[in-house]
Amino acid sequence: MTLLEQIITIGLCALGTMLTRFLPFWIFREGRPTPPLIIYLGKALPAAVFALLVVYSLRNVDLAAPSHGLPEAIAVGVTILLHFWKRQMLLSIAAGTACYMLLTQLVF
Amino acid sequence: MATTGIKRRAFQAAFPYTIPIFAGFWFLGIAYGLYMHVSGFSFVYPMIMSAVIFGGSLEFVAVSMLLSPFAPLQTFLVAVMIQARHLFYGIAMLDRFAGLGWKRWYLIYGMCDETFSLNYSAEIPKDVDRGWFMIFVTLLNQLYWVSGATLGGLLGGFIRFNTDGLEFVLTAMFVVIFLEQWMKEQKHYTALIGMGVSVLCLVIFGPDSFLIPSMIGILLLLIGFKKPIEKAGGWS
Repeated sequence: MTLLEQIITIGLCALGTMLTRFLPFWIFREGRPTPPLIIYLGKALPAAVFALLVVYSLRNVDLAAPSHGLPEAIAVGVTILLHFWKRQMLLSIAAGTACYMLLTQLVF
Repeated sequence: MATTGIKRRAFQAAFPYTIPIFAGFWFLGIAYGLYMHVSGFSFVYPMIMSAVIFGGSLEFVAVSMLLSPFAPLQTFLVAVMIQARHLFYGIAMLDRFAGLGWKRWYLIYGMCDETFSLNYSAEIPKDVDRGWFMIFVTLLNQLYWVSGATLGGLLGGFIRFNTDGLEFVLTAMFVVIFLEQWMKEQKHYTALIGMGVSVLCLVIFGPDSFLIPSMIGILLLLIGFKKPIEKAGGWS
């Protein structure tokens, strides 16, 4: 690849990304009424999207690998329990991560 | 004077929310910079790519694109497919970004997974300016990512520390944000739809191609069950 081709490749990656970020705002402009279905989706989507992001961030966990995804399962469990108990965002995140690091470095 | 006070308060409110992202983005950013270094690119590449593309997973894919023969159309299509989930973020943020003037442009430009999750879910105190709060969340997150990627590219093969597993910080953050959303709702139809469809599609289509089928499945179910979901959410 020449330098120009590299620049075009990087530019197209940026363009594709920005298209997906800006498109909803271009279609449903400020000051014009937004269709009811889109207003509904704006409220209904986030909970589903956060679930999708949890799965997405765990997508490469291999259940057939030697650890069988146990470190991930335990660390997610610790994060959930701690969050229901104390409801301190940073604490739950830090404890879940520390738990995962200890498990992958020392146990599995 | 007044505006500096507004900005300072917004910064002080926004910064603590971004701490987990600092940890995750520096870890992943440095890993990305190192990956580009061992793939034979100067630190200028991860620095520029992390700033202009600013979407983690695509940047990793872009490295292999740069090492392959030039294929502009395929590059663009792959980029749109990997990033398509941002369409949902935009729909969710339509009314929250309304009326923010020039700030909207940067907020939309910098709306990666983590920034969207924080800006959507953060409980912004009443006396803090919403627009500046979201600007600082977006800006700090982007600074973490770009500095991490640049540092990784610069340090090259010099660094070696045992941070195995630190990348889990982003998973933990998504779990916590999901729980926060869960606790706010009385009924959990949409969360369960999102979880069920994503897991099912991951099993069927595998980790590299489950995003688009998941998005289509979620959309269809949300539209199909509009009436009961609206009733459960008290939106109708």
